[in-house]
Amino acid sequence: MTITPVDAAARLRERLAIEPLIDGTLVTVEVPTARWEDAARMAREELGCLYFNWLSAIDWKEQGLEILCRVENLESRVALMLRTRLGAGVVHCPTVTPFWKGANWMERECWDMFGVVFDGHPDLRRILLGQDWPAGHPLRKDFVDAEYVPYR
Amino acid sequence: MEVKRPLPQVPPPVWSDVKDLQEWEKYHQTRADDDKTSNSLAAIADAIHHMPGGWIVTTSTDKIFNWARKSSIWPVTFGLACCAIEMMATFASPRHSDLMIVSGTVTIKMAPMLKRIYDQMPDPKWVVSMGSCANSGGPFRHGYHVVKGVDRVVPVDVYVPGCPPTPDSLMYGLLKLQDQVSEFQTTGKRVTAPAVAERQSTVTDRQLDPQSTVTDRQADPQLTVTDRQAD
Repeated sequence: MTITPVDAAARLRERLAIEPLIDGTLVTVEVPTARWEDAARMAREELGCLYFNWLSAIDWKEQGLEILCRVENLESRVALMLRTRLGAGVVHCPTVTPFWKGANWMERECWDMFGVVFDGHPDLRRILLGQDWPAGHPLRKDFVDAEYVPYR
Repeated sequence: MEVKRPLPQVPPPVWSDVKDLQEWEKYHQTRADDDKTSNSLAAIADAIHHMPGGWIVTTSTDKIFNWARKSSIWPVTFGLACCAIEMMATFASPRHSDLMIVSGTVTIKMAPMLKRIYDQMPDPKWVVSMGSCANSGGPFRHGYHVVKGVDRVVPVDVYVPGCPPTPDSLMYGLLKLQDQVSEFQTTGKRVTAPAVAERQSTVTDRQLDPQSTVTDRQADPQLTVTDRQAD
């Protein structure tokens, strides 16, 4: 499936009624959280973005968390950046693991570091920190670095 | 005139009368079939003289030195690829090691494994903390996942500063460790560095050592080498 960035942007605009940003081969679209799965399915099935690059989050302090996900169509060299703002105090986000298997560990890492709960994730456990990590998600801006008790 | 009574003449012990010694002698004059020690000894011996109480072995210096070298080969554990796994399976085991060199950042997740490896080492054992990260956490001290010094997990004998320490620094730290090991007491009590310095300063050849003239190194117990100059 061969597409161009302009082509992909036009389809996204048509489907989601949102104006995407085009920067070279990178198409960025900010979707509402309710349409996160729709956007992911469309990227996978219609835009041919078979390659899941990464998923992460940004903590905007009082404005809440933002989830970012970059997927790519390697054949036509188009990259698609999906972003969504969860809103202040919200930690729930739909999962994209049904569309990309690779999202599994990245979402686990996002849960580990930012405390984002991915609804529908098959195995949402800590991945980088130990399973006995006492509490907290260290990349949150409000995380307090309490000394880990056994090695105080 | 007082006449001294003659001293009682005690006859010298007759060798064959002492049963225990006979047993002992018999044991030492005959070799057991599975006596690998004497076999390896025979391999380097030019002559073995049987004496009462044991053997005297004469050999040449080349032979004894080469035997010592042959018997004390210790490999550099330099692993590159899958063969390194097989190499580790042969000799790189904590079960027959004396020294653990902690040479990097210890994370909270890694600390239990480090403790377990330390526990697997046989006593007596020593730990050298190499570099700022292992000493105190170094530049990562304020990270959420870093143990702020490996001495919070296992007891450390020598701290080598530096980020990273030069090979010379590590070597000097190992020499300092040797000083401690030579003063090791079976009570398990660790000898502190000032006590070692005090004892070593009474030894004559130690005074000839140019290192001992450097006073600041001896004064600071934890300062094994002068820190590297900041870049």
